[in-house]
Amino acid sequence: MIWTIVIVASIVCYGIKLGGYSVPQRWLDQPVAQRVTVLMPVALLSALVGLWTFTSGTTVEVNARVVGLATAVVLLVVRAPFLVVILGAAFVTAGLRALGWMP
Amino acid sequence: MSEELTDAKKRAIRRDAIGLGVGTGAYALSFGALSVSAGLSIWQTQALSLLMFTGASQFALIAILGAGGGAVVAVATAALVGSRNAFYSIHMVRVLRPSGWRRLAAAQLTIDESTGMAVGHDETDAGARLAFWSTGIAIFICWNVGTLIGAVAAGLLDDPAVLGLDAAGPAAFLALIWPRLTSWSMRAVFAVSMACAVAFTPFWRPGIPVLIAGAAGVATGLLLALPELRRARGGGAA
Repeated sequence: MIWTIVIVASIVCYGIKLGGYSVPQRWLDQPVAQRVTVLMPVALLSALVGLWTFTSGTTVEVNARVVGLATAVVLLVVRAPFLVVILGAAFVTAGLRALGWMP
Repeated sequence: MSEELTDAKKRAIRRDAIGLGVGTGAYALSFGALSVSAGLSIWQTQALSLLMFTGASQFALIAILGAGGGAVVAVATAALVGSRNAFYSIHMVRVLRPSGWRRLAAAQLTIDESTGMAVGHDETDAGARLAFWSTGIAIFICWNVGTLIGAVAAGLLDDPAVLGLDAAGPAAFLALIWPRLTSWSMRAVFAVSMACAVAFTPFWRPGIPVLIAGAAGVATGLLLALPELRRARGGGAA
C-alpha cells in the first residue's frame, strides 16, 4: 500500500512539474501572464518563508526560528555570502535552544 | 538578456548552487530519518527523493502517513503542496525553452531552490539557465545522498531542531528572493504572501494556505502594477 502511495504521489508531482512546460507559449506572451510568472515564484517562496518560520503543523508559534530568520535578514543586509546567511540562521537558532532561552 | 557571463560570475553561481545543495542535503538527512521513523522502508524513502523530488511534498506525505492518514489524503496533500512547481515550470519554460529529454529532466529539477536561484540570477538568460541547472543537479545529488544517509542512520538525527536546521530552510528561501525585494511593490508582495500563509495556516489543510497566500501575493503585485500594465497596453502600437 505504501509503495502504491509513493509511486502514485510521485507520478502526480512529476506531472504537475511537467504540466507547466506544456502550456502553449502564446498564453505566456500576454503582459499580465508575464507579470504573473515573475510574481508567482516570489509570492510562493515568501509564503513558505512565513510558513516555515512562524508555524508548526497547523498552529502559529514564535520560537527560536524567528530569531534565526532575523539573523538571516541582518546578514543579507550586510551582504553576507549565501552559505553564511543559512549557517548563521541555523547557528543562532540552535544556540538559543541549547541555552534554553527559546524552544 | 543575451550578454555573455563572465567566468567570475559563473564560478559564483556554481559556488552558490553547491552551497545550496549541501545545505539542502543536511535537511535531507532529517527527511530520511523522519520518513523511516514514520514507518516507510529505506527504499520507499529513497524512491520519494528520487521520483517525487520536491521536499515539502515529501515531508507532507510522510507526515500524513505517519499520522495514519489515508492514501487519497496523502496523495492529494503532496500534490497540493507540490502544485506550486507548475507555476515554477511556467516561469522556467520561458528561460530554458527546453526540448526532448532536457524538458523531461528540467521538469524533475523544477523545485523551489532551482527556480529561486534562476530568479535571483535572471539579469541574463545564460545566468538564469546556469543557476537553474547547477542548482537542480547539485540539490538532486545532495538531496538523495542525504536521504540515504538519514534513512540508514534513522534516529541519529530525528530532531532537526537541535541543529537549527528548521531555520536553515526559511533563511535559504529569504536569501533566494532577497535580490528581488528591491522595489516597494515586490516588498508588498513578500509581506502579503508571508502574512497570509501564517494567518491561514490554522484554518486549512497543509498546502492550501501556501497556495492562497501565493495567489494573494500575485494579486497584490498585479494591482500595484496596474498603471504600468495600462501604459503597456496603451503604448502597444509603439
